[in-house]
Amino acid sequence: MMPLQPVLLLSAALFSVGIYGVISRRNVIGILLSVELMMNAVNINFVAFSHYHQSSVGQVFAVFAIALTVAEVVVGLALVILLYRSQKDVLVDGARALKG
Amino acid sequence: MDPIAFGIVAACLLSSALFVVLSKNLVHAVLWLAVTLATTAALFVLLQAPFLAGIQILLYTGGVITLMLFGVMLTRRHERLMIENESTGSRRVPGVLAGSVLFGVVAAAIYRTPGLPTGPGRMVATQEIGHAFLTEHLLAFEVLSILLLIAMIGAIVLARKADFGAETERVMPVRGRKAT
Repeated sequence: MMPLQPVLLLSAALFSVGIYGVISRRNVIGILLSVELMMNAVNINFVAFSHYHQSSVGQVFAVFAIALTVAEVVVGLALVILLYRSQKDVLVDGARALKG
Repeated sequence: MDPIAFGIVAACLLSSALFVVLSKNLVHAVLWLAVTLATTAALFVLLQAPFLAGIQILLYTGGVITLMLFGVMLTRRHERLMIENESTGSRRVPGVLAGSVLFGVVAAAIYRTPGLPTGPGRMVATQEIGHAFLTEHLLAFEVLSILLLIAMIGAIVLARKADFGAETERVMPVRGRKAT
């Protein structure tokens, strides 16, 4: 029978990979993909705690987190398209002049 | 949960996540993300959460990946596809540093916490989740639906073609401009 620790470690490793992606990527869509990885790690944690604590609350919160992620992706991609339209590029280096 | 199955799923999950972060071509990164999310669904099955595995497949691998592919293809420029995804060394070093430090801290915290459950888990029936949504977490559920509506309208407003200038010029009183 497996204890809870390996699942938490796996989730932490996934979150760290996501952090590396957020910091090292230059493309905004690449950063969004890495944020997806981090959200996924959080969902794994929710479900693991729900499973081992024998309660349904963790899964309910995982559903909330998934819905929030979808909303975030929709708004994020709209912003990416807006950025592309304003400066013909989706690199974060060029996105310094966001005023106005 | 079977340790061998968990090992296989963990290896698949971590390697595909690394490919998401490291691949130069963004389309490949999106497809590797699809693999990662499907493997997460497999992990949910191992954790006896079939409802969430279904949601994961439907919403993520169906919807989010399609949206991401749309985003990549709407915004990329072919001649700079490889160059613009390359991460420079000055970005990689703080990334590796932050990731490893975070992982170390969390791993230490996990192994120092006493009283984490080790016993067999229980399968949560889908009825329980639905019941919790409509009784205990009803307010959060309704707020979430309103949030989704707001996000949808906001995305439409943001990504709409921004030709306000042309439109207002057309709508503006033509007579006044003719006179000048």
